[in-house]
Amino acid sequence: MSLSEETLSKIKAEQSKYPDKLSALLPALWWAQEEWSWFSTERMDYLASVLDISKIRVYEAVTFYTMYNRKPVGKYHFQVCHNIACSIMGAEHIIEYMKKKLGVGEGEVTPDGYFSISRVECLASCGTAPMLQLNDRYYENLNEERIDYLLEELRHDRIPESLS
Amino acid sequence: MEFDYKNPEPIVFTNLKVPGAHTLTKYRSQGGYETARRVLAEMTPAQVIDEVKNSGLRGRGGAGFSTGMKWSFIPKDNPNPKYLICNADESEPGTFKDRDLLRYDPHSLLEGMMIACFAIGSHQGYIYVRGEMGTEIKILRAAVEDAYKENILGKNALGTGYDLDLHVYRGAGAYICGEETALIESLEGKRGHPRNKPPFPAVVGFNKSPTIVNNVETLAAVPYIMKNGAAGYRKFGTEKSPGTKLFSVCGHIQRPGVYEVPMGISFKRFLYETCGGPLPGREFKAFIPGGSSVPVITREEGEDDACTMDYEGFAKVGTMLGSGGAIIYDNTVCIVRALEILARFYAHESCGQCTPCREGTGWLNRVLHRIENGEGHPDEIDLILDIANNIDGETICPLGDAAAWPVQSAVKRFRAEFEHHVIHRCCLPGTVKY
Repeated sequence: MSLSEETLSKIKAEQSKYPDKLSALLPALWWAQEEWSWFSTERMDYLASVLDISKIRVYEAVTFYTMYNRKPVGKYHFQVCHNIACSIMGAEHIIEYMKKKLGVGEGEVTPDGYFSISRVECLASCGTAPMLQLNDRYYENLNEERIDYLLEELRHDRIPESLS
Repeated sequence: MEFDYKNPEPIVFTNLKVPGAHTLTKYRSQGGYETARRVLAEMTPAQVIDEVKNSGLRGRGGAGFSTGMKWSFIPKDNPNPKYLICNADESEPGTFKDRDLLRYDPHSLLEGMMIACFAIGSHQGYIYVRGEMGTEIKILRAAVEDAYKENILGKNALGTGYDLDLHVYRGAGAYICGEETALIESLEGKRGHPRNKPPFPAVVGFNKSPTIVNNVETLAAVPYIMKNGAAGYRKFGTEKSPGTKLFSVCGHIQRPGVYEVPMGISFKRFLYETCGGPLPGREFKAFIPGGSSVPVITREEGEDDACTMDYEGFAKVGTMLGSGGAIIYDNTVCIVRALEILARFYAHESCGQCTPCREGTGWLNRVLHRIENGEGHPDEIDLILDIANNIDGETICPLGDAAAWPVQSAVKRFRAEFEHHVIHRCCLPGTVKY
């Protein structure tokens, strides 16, 4: 278990961009997650040694920030907002619909490893509710039809620009 | 200057409506970065601070503190490097106006940061963007990269002799990191635990050095102010709330979206004429005008003539302008269910440092869940008020207050709806189970 040369050199370079090298922890976690997808204790310990910081610092960050994964996620990880504006615009229905269509519960991954779904708080897209984050992008103004289209596209590994 | 409610014209943030304005070519073709160049080459930091102070610009993230005054708190005799941090952690429910600035007008932000850096003697700025905004971060990083390529940033920025570096830092999911001291902790690579103030960041901030943290919208307004002067900015708005504000409107309304309005216009006219009023067949029930943390107000209060869209107007009817994230509830909303959702949010986001917040938000979350699901006891309405009152004002940071105010305001204005839940063990008829 290790990180690629490319990631290791990006992390080393990042550390020199701040007055204290600890600042590079969050950027390092992002690059590491791109490679590993999620953080086991062993991976966190390895990263601590790469950054030359104590292990507890890595544990602190991974357990505090919601976007660092502590268990496996799907290739396509849906994070559906269930905060106030999205809820009053139908987010709960969208979540239940997606779970039914995918045959998966919250925090679980489909057997083929393709999809996982979880609930998240406000994503600053309230005007186009209900909406979700898929990996690094948003899909907004969701309804059943658009969800069906999105899932179909993703099953063929096509990432749609929009759902309209 | 009469405001056209039906067709509002952009004033400060004109680039939000200009296709391609996020590109450096388009931005410069409209005179972009000329103001920063002139300021850095020809003015003194003290002059810049004075101009921004006189403009009356107030922090647009939610606190509303005088921006110019905040900048002036940087101590002159401190030998440490100074830092400017842009708070792009927009996470207040109902608020989505900074996101538009980041993706449609990033160069206004960069130019504003350059001027702000100069004003406080900083040569290093950071833009802390919430981790979820992957698309916006890409656009922002591209804008910064382009700016470096054309020597707008870097050594001898814009040929003015002033060295200036800006760096984009990605957050990783934490509402609390929108609080300026928690943000600084996060930028230092730690958990987002807010610090006690004083000392204030202007004196002891990032890496113990003098630091100013400003909201995206605040910084993006600075080029306009320096180009048109304080007087130019004060042409709009009111005496105590000068200038303009971006409001993000969402929920049960015909035309949700981001709107720039001069401070002081009628909230009622804005909702009905600019945003199109309620959805077909529905009636407004309640409003949260400034993000979920400000008190909820009734339809009557929001539609009152006294309720103008400025700091003082919203305060008159017992709420706050806050971030300007306006959430609109119509008659299908169960107030208890809505409060349950907010209580869950604050419990989730509490950093855990302060006992009143850590324990109190947990209690509020669980008790409201039971009340909403027909398992509440009549005593528990006063209980949640008691819990909220014991959080309010008793914490290191405003997240505690933010968790308390929705509870206090909802029970005060809609007590009968809570009583219905504990007596009849269900929501009011006519409300939807969202």
